[in-house]
Amino acid sequence: MKPLSAILIFGLPVVVILGFWAMALFDRRNATGPRTATFIERNGWPVSIYLILGVGIWMLVLIVLPQLYMVDYSFHPKLPSSARGGPRDFYTLQNYQYFLFGSTQSTAEWNVTHLNAFWMTIVISIFITILNFVICYPMAYFLAQVGTPGQVRTYMLLLIIPYWVNELLRAFAFGILFGTGGVINKLLIGAGLLGTPIDFIGRDIALYAGLTYAYLLLMMFPLYNAIEALDHNQVEAARDLGAPWWHIHLNVVMPFAKPGIASGCTLVFMLAAGALAAPLVLGGPKSLWFTPIVYDRFYQAFNWNQGSAYALILLLTCIAFVLLVMRLFKVSFSEIAR
Amino acid sequence: MSADVDLDNVSIRFGDFTAVRQANLKIKGGEFFSILGPSGCGKTTLLRAISGFLDPSEGEIRIGGKSMVGIGPNLRPTALIFQNLALFPLMTVAENIGYGLRVRGVAKADRSAKVKDLLNLVALPDQGAKRISELSGGQKQRVAIARALAVEPQVLLLDEPLSALDLRLRQHMRNELRSIQRRVGITFIYITHDQGEALTMSDRVAVMNAGVIEQVGDGRSVYDDPKTTFVASFVGENNDFEGTVVSADGAEAVVDTALGRLKGRRGEGVKTGDKASLFIRPERLRIASNGETPVITADVSSQAFEGNATQLFLRGPADKMISVSLSRRDDLGPIATGQKLGLSFAPKDAVVLATGSTR
Repeated sequence: MKPLSAILIFGLPVVVILGFWAMALFDRRNATGPRTATFIERNGWPVSIYLILGVGIWMLVLIVLPQLYMVDYSFHPKLPSSARGGPRDFYTLQNYQYFLFGSTQSTAEWNVTHLNAFWMTIVISIFITILNFVICYPMAYFLAQVGTPGQVRTYMLLLIIPYWVNELLRAFAFGILFGTGGVINKLLIGAGLLGTPIDFIGRDIALYAGLTYAYLLLMMFPLYNAIEALDHNQVEAARDLGAPWWHIHLNVVMPFAKPGIASGCTLVFMLAAGALAAPLVLGGPKSLWFTPIVYDRFYQAFNWNQGSAYALILLLTCIAFVLLVMRLFKVSFSEIAR
Repeated sequence: MSADVDLDNVSIRFGDFTAVRQANLKIKGGEFFSILGPSGCGKTTLLRAISGFLDPSEGEIRIGGKSMVGIGPNLRPTALIFQNLALFPLMTVAENIGYGLRVRGVAKADRSAKVKDLLNLVALPDQGAKRISELSGGQKQRVAIARALAVEPQVLLLDEPLSALDLRLRQHMRNELRSIQRRVGITFIYITHDQGEALTMSDRVAVMNAGVIEQVGDGRSVYDDPKTTFVASFVGENNDFEGTVVSADGAEAVVDTALGRLKGRRGEGVKTGDKASLFIRPERLRIASNGETPVITADVSSQAFEGNATQLFLRGPADKMISVSLSRRDDLGPIATGQKLGLSFAPKDAVVLATGSTR
């Protein structure tokens, strides 16, 4: 590995940590009011060290470092391991160029297949996020504000138990449901509504349904938590003041639940865009989700450098999109983590 | 505009539990009417039925002579002030007050003019831009009142809105509420467990216990002329001397109690041989003057000097505790604890009520 990469990989985290440290110090120096106990004073040395090391190792070793390796990978050409760090190893944008133009040399033609898949992945993930919200909001509202404790327990169990089945099996189950000879087609034909079966898988309906279902709970729980914190008297107060039900939801419940909505939508969008199992199992012959393409870069083309570039493009686009939406809806990070 | 509120045999049941039993009330337009009772007596349930959040199991509620059957809370001419106020935390003061108008599609300019008037009415001028979290308890109270009044209700329903305030503010807000009610002239129905609030503010009070309205009347009549043992002991301090009625004729009755035979006004339906209680207010008891034969003799057990009055607690025969409130006018100077005192009262100031008497 070149010294520059080493500096990039090991130096950046240190810079980031020092930056935050400096900000915290600056904050403390400018703080008004009585001085509060420091982190270490509050928790004692052993616990503090455990917390700092625990979170530090988790963040640094398990998340930041591998990601930084990927960043570094993505700017290098594909080389056998013996040639790494040798004269043929250099910094390059060719992996990104390949994503855009389908070639590491020419820029004559767009890489239509990959760009399309990328674009569709983003658009359909947005669509799936919205669909998830539309499905979950009424349920979450019912559970959080209307249902009796007994009903809530029952519904929660019914929602959670299917998720004991692993993701791949669930995806296959959806395949069976939506197949041309599957349960849904058989029912529709049996009921005389259809003459010939619909190719749900070929039309990607199975994929969308599978993806929507896969992340339902990740929408459900943040929404439920946020709406549950709402004092029901506020709903009644709005109603008493003459508001019709939709007005109450738009102007009282949803603004209150905004952090929950934002956190649910962020989770579902990120995970749907990065889903692998459902697209692999439920994707039709023509459908192209972006993640299987990334997967192929790694394990079919054995081009880890290109795969890293692709993964990074997806990650950065998703983050940028989420930040943009958070900005639009004026939600802050601290609210999402609430 | 104010409206009458009529409750016609209203019963409200939750499963096997009867929260309100055959309530009959005629609340006049423009009246400040309180429903007084201990927690769990069904008063909030009754209020929720009037505002439309729940339907009576039986009977009918009429507002302004119009039956409210099948009319939801958003369409009734009532506005409710919640116990915890239920202000919208994400809206400003002005947005809170204007919410009902916004729902009704009132244009923005008219809305802000109206909000301004209301802010003046509740003595919060120029506070419209503040966040709810920036307000004090009393200010929140006023915002809740303004928000409810904004929709020009004919009846304002208040569910113990002062219970969260400290004593001083509570007393101040009592006067404030009363004066707001006079200015806007609409019907106020006020729910409280605090008899002080009920007596000071209201034109009339309904005393409620275990789902039943026991007595309706103005403060003076409820206090001075209780019709049931519950009303006698719940509204204000009262000495309760239990016993058996030994004679009941005309306007007076005599009860044989642990303290001896005591005479008082005869409550409705009291007959000789009934188990009954004689109720006498602490301030109606006085120390027997020299030469007078005391009605009760008891030892001073403890006392509390309260400035304007002195509270005496005496231990009578059979360890019966007696509470006496001496105003300064009757003050005999320091009284030694343990001293024997003769007490006396006028029979017209005491009332004999049959035990367990209810409406």
